[in-house]
Amino acid sequence: MIEVKDLRKTFKVARREAGFGEAVKALFHREYEYIHALDGVSFSIRDGEMVGYIGPNGAGKSSTIKILSGILTPDSGICTVGGRTPWKERRAHVKGIGVVFGQRSQLWWDVPVIDSFELLKEIYSIPGSVYSKNLSELTETLDLSKIVKTPARQLSLGQRMRCEIAASLLHDPKVLFLDEPTIGLDAVSKLAVRDFIKRRNQDHGTTVILTTHDMQDIEALASRIILIGKGKILLDGTLDDIRRGGEHIDETVAELYKKFDV
Amino acid sequence: MKLYLKYFEIHLKSAMQFKGSFFATIISQFLTAFTVFLGITFMFGRFNSVDGFTYEEVVLCYAIILMGFGLSQLFASGFKVFDSMIGNGQFDRILCRPRNEIFQVLSQRIDFVRLGMLFQAVVMLVYSLVTCPVDWTFSRVLTVIFMIAGGFVLFSALFLLDGSIAFFTIQGLEVMNVFTYGALEHGKYPLSIYGRKMLTFCTFVIPYALIQYYPLTYVLGRTERLWYMFLPIIACLFVVPCWIVWRIGVSRYKSTGS
Repeated sequence: MIEVKDLRKTFKVARREAGFGEAVKALFHREYEYIHALDGVSFSIRDGEMVGYIGPNGAGKSSTIKILSGILTPDSGICTVGGRTPWKERRAHVKGIGVVFGQRSQLWWDVPVIDSFELLKEIYSIPGSVYSKNLSELTETLDLSKIVKTPARQLSLGQRMRCEIAASLLHDPKVLFLDEPTIGLDAVSKLAVRDFIKRRNQDHGTTVILTTHDMQDIEALASRIILIGKGKILLDGTLDDIRRGGEHIDETVAELYKKFDV
Repeated sequence: MKLYLKYFEIHLKSAMQFKGSFFATIISQFLTAFTVFLGITFMFGRFNSVDGFTYEEVVLCYAIILMGFGLSQLFASGFKVFDSMIGNGQFDRILCRPRNEIFQVLSQRIDFVRLGMLFQAVVMLVYSLVTCPVDWTFSRVLTVIFMIAGGFVLFSALFLLDGSIAFFTIQGLEVMNVFTYGALEHGKYPLSIYGRKMLTFCTFVIPYALIQYYPLTYVLGRTERLWYMFLPIIACLFVVPCWIVWRIGVSRYKSTGS
């Protein structure tokens, strides 16, 4: 389903010391530093897998997700999702994927959520019957019936996240990218979101790729873990592989980060 | 097109959420354009003509330019806020959707408050159509329509270029306002009054004169050259280089933050 081979992406970042003088200096002469966000990343993911993509901040998680979802073009490497190269056939590619950015909303702020959904129906050219079937299913499983008529700005974060997830699934994507879907959610909402993702994967066979810092997400959802650090894949295996004893999952991961020095 | 209407509907709904500020801004837009109109009027209280153009003719010229500018502000202002779309990740979202990027940027913002500006333009246009001593033949009416449409396209192309620059600087460049707001400011008078050099610049570099001065002389019967009426269409070719810059920008797009 997803094939990634030797993906590389470098960003040029301006650097300067703190202080006003340095800021003035930087105006005229700037020093650049090259950050290898992705330094030869390869993995493959089968249909219907649920993969937790983890790593410390700045490890290259988001860059990978952005390349897979057609937002970024890598410097080199091969990447296909369902046989298509995302950045080359962007429009055909994005029809088959759903993306949730936990920190960014895709809903229209000032109008009821249902209006955003209706707009997405047009954007993805979803046939009327498919749309109403998906909408009623999502409304039921995510318990949206009471909140879809409320403007997005008046929803709580947990309610909004449920709507975000519904919005990215209206067009029946085969692959779902979740970038920190539980960030900032309370315990009840977290459980609801996790439960839903799990059911979606089981009932629809949706391939799920999940980035998160919340290790309980991983524990609850991901049968497979890919650990990335400094732009390289450090580990690719199951949760049981990395776990040695009865210790807490957070400790296990912190131990891993230390071991790989990332 | 159906999708654009859907966007239109949602923008209208959003705008109507805040009735007070919505109408207040429309009125202020009207008043802003109105003061410029007053400025022209007062000036003609002292002078009878500017470079051979009468008061009514200048009002016609300003009405046409303001109409083109207002339309492009109404429909193409997505590009004006494009730097913030890059900054807040909205453009990432656009790239995740199976639609053309330019179409989506345009759809992100429909600036209804510009209706105030357009209303002022309509008032002046009607006034000058009635008062200008012009024999309104079919081809002249068509020329005015071409000028407005050409102005709309030209200003939109400039907004597109302005937006594209954000790909390279991440933050927009105020410099571009010289070519949009500045052109509106100067465009209220026929461009010939600024002299030969300015006219050459506005003919071959940024083709303002092709949507304004040359076709205007045809409308006002100062030239017999019928082909002047098609110059606004030629001016639309200015979109091409702007679009190329945009394409380069999209291919180099870096995204921001997490």
